[in-house]
Amino acid sequence: MNDPLLKVRNLRVEFGRQSAVRDVNFDLFAAETVGLVGESGAGKSTLARALLRLTQPAHGSVELSGLDLLKSSRVAMREQRRNLQMVFQDPLASLNPRMMVGDAIAEPLLIFEPGLSAVARRGKVAAILQRVGLSADIAGRYPHEFSGGQCQRIGIARATVLRPKLLVCDEPVSSLDVSIQGQIINLLLDLQVDMGMAMLFISHNLAVVRHLSHRVMVMYLGKLVEIASCEVLFAAPVHPYTRALLSAVPRIPPVADVAAAAPAPLAEASLAAAALAHGCAFRDRCPYALPLCASSVPPLSEIAAGHWVACHRSHETLNPLSLGP
Amino acid sequence: MVPTLSVDELSIRFAHRSGMLEAVAGASLHIEPQECVGVVGESGSGKTQLFLAAMGLLSGRAQVSGSIRFEGKELLGATAAAINRVRGSKLTMIFQDPMTSLTPHLRIGTQLAEVLVCHCGLSWREARGAAGRMLDRVRISDPKRRLNQYPYEMSGGMRQRVMLAMSLLCKPDLLIADEPTTALDVTLQAQIMELLRSARGETGMALVLISHDLGVIAGLADRILVMYAGRIVENAAADELLRRPRHPYTAELLKCVPSLSGPRLARMPTLAGQPPQPGEVLQACPFAPRCPRVADRCRVERPPLTGDSNAYVACHFPLS
Repeated sequence: MNDPLLKVRNLRVEFGRQSAVRDVNFDLFAAETVGLVGESGAGKSTLARALLRLTQPAHGSVELSGLDLLKSSRVAMREQRRNLQMVFQDPLASLNPRMMVGDAIAEPLLIFEPGLSAVARRGKVAAILQRVGLSADIAGRYPHEFSGGQCQRIGIARATVLRPKLLVCDEPVSSLDVSIQGQIINLLLDLQVDMGMAMLFISHNLAVVRHLSHRVMVMYLGKLVEIASCEVLFAAPVHPYTRALLSAVPRIPPVADVAAAAPAPLAEASLAAAALAHGCAFRDRCPYALPLCASSVPPLSEIAAGHWVACHRSHETLNPLSLGP
Repeated sequence: MVPTLSVDELSIRFAHRSGMLEAVAGASLHIEPQECVGVVGESGSGKTQLFLAAMGLLSGRAQVSGSIRFEGKELLGATAAAINRVRGSKLTMIFQDPMTSLTPHLRIGTQLAEVLVCHCGLSWREARGAAGRMLDRVRISDPKRRLNQYPYEMSGGMRQRVMLAMSLLCKPDLLIADEPTTALDVTLQAQIMELLRSARGETGMALVLISHDLGVIAGLADRILVMYAGRIVENAAADELLRRPRHPYTAELLKCVPSLSGPRLARMPTLAGQPPQPGEVLQACPFAPRCPRVADRCRVERPPLTGDSNAYVACHFPLS
């Protein structure tokens, strides 16, 4: 396989004595979409922000095309930012309300392509606006004049106008109507093919991730607990947490015992920070936990080609029907 | 039997500099005792305004016409005292945003007990005891300690359960849940839905579940109403509507729900266009600009509701 575009090793982010991201390792390849799923508080957004150095990690390395971003100087890091862009969850809050849409999209060009004439810049803004499905003549309007879906298109235009190598999308459709979600996802898929960029797509909605990811990573309390190709993860999930997440997704037609089979939510997890350090973080919610799970941290190990699981019992065939009481 | 809630020809308008905006246009619906009715529609379809009207919580600028009766008594135009006899006790509502629906400077216990003191005439002491038991019922651990906490000390999912506990204290006959899980994770969503299901089983209350996500509603609703641009465009038994939607909008909406089964799709199915913006001039059928089955007639003649009161659709060319 080719060299990865992004190589993340032993990445750790700490807030005071709490670790939000704990020793995360993964690779991301060019033109690949990787889904990152997990509940609120799992550390998904913190991981994303750490990749872009919007949050300073405690240790570890993030290599973009061989260059370690965490060791780069501020100037060198700034130069790299054109390759790393982000789309945020709240489309309206992530746009400056006092900045015209055209100016917001032109700002990355002003910073990274200062040689560009004003006319050429306007041309690029118009082109990207059309590319994201908006009319070029909205450049003079303000964010509040647009709906959530339209604002998200504007956010995507701003993030892709420099043709980044990696686009990090942090819950880009979670605040949108179901009817609009598909439009935004299709737009991201099209842009990815056009520009050949890699995409890290963060969501707590597995059904959305399933339709657009090549690979999926499942995160639980700061750790990656399962990484697999999309086909494998949804057809044969191994980690009990992945299965629990899948069982909580509502279905049409409804499945009678979905809610009953779902695990207690993360907010209820009672493990103290100290207890996380030794043992599996999921053990208090896991129907399969053994005494071993409280004493030793399960390593993320490859159980089949490209399928990584962090579970002491990953080699056993655990019967999914025994999930729950 | 007297329906728990009957809404007849309800219209809600707001004055705006560009003219009158119609948030709800002639909506009629009936909710029977113990029934669970799902209401779906996109942002701006009027689903929240309709039920805020039933709660008497509309903005003062709203102009309302029609009738809303709760257990036979007219609520529109009723005095505040008359509304307060049922609101918060027999007729309750929980909202999408659990962060902003609780009073930030009052302890959870005070906010919960107040409901029982005001509506049921309990002493504060008794009310606090009942509040603690209710927290336990919505599966909040260590309720005694929680009663002394402030909302900011709780997570979003916990606050939503506090709201639910508050709405259940006086054993309501109708609970209106407006996007109760939209701000929450899938696992929390599953838990709140399970709590709603069991609360319904225990109290026999009727339940209105408002959401833009058919998946959320599908698991609980007996009957589903679909709203578009302030109008109810389809009403049918839940399994019927999910299996054989008749309005093209319902069918398109169903296609948009990403699924966990079936083939992975190269592209997500989408509903073209945008929902109508406030103040937009609507065509005779407001869905016509986005409808795959649109014909000339849809642009000139308003589709009437056809069918009976249990299953109807507003479309000239419904799917069969």
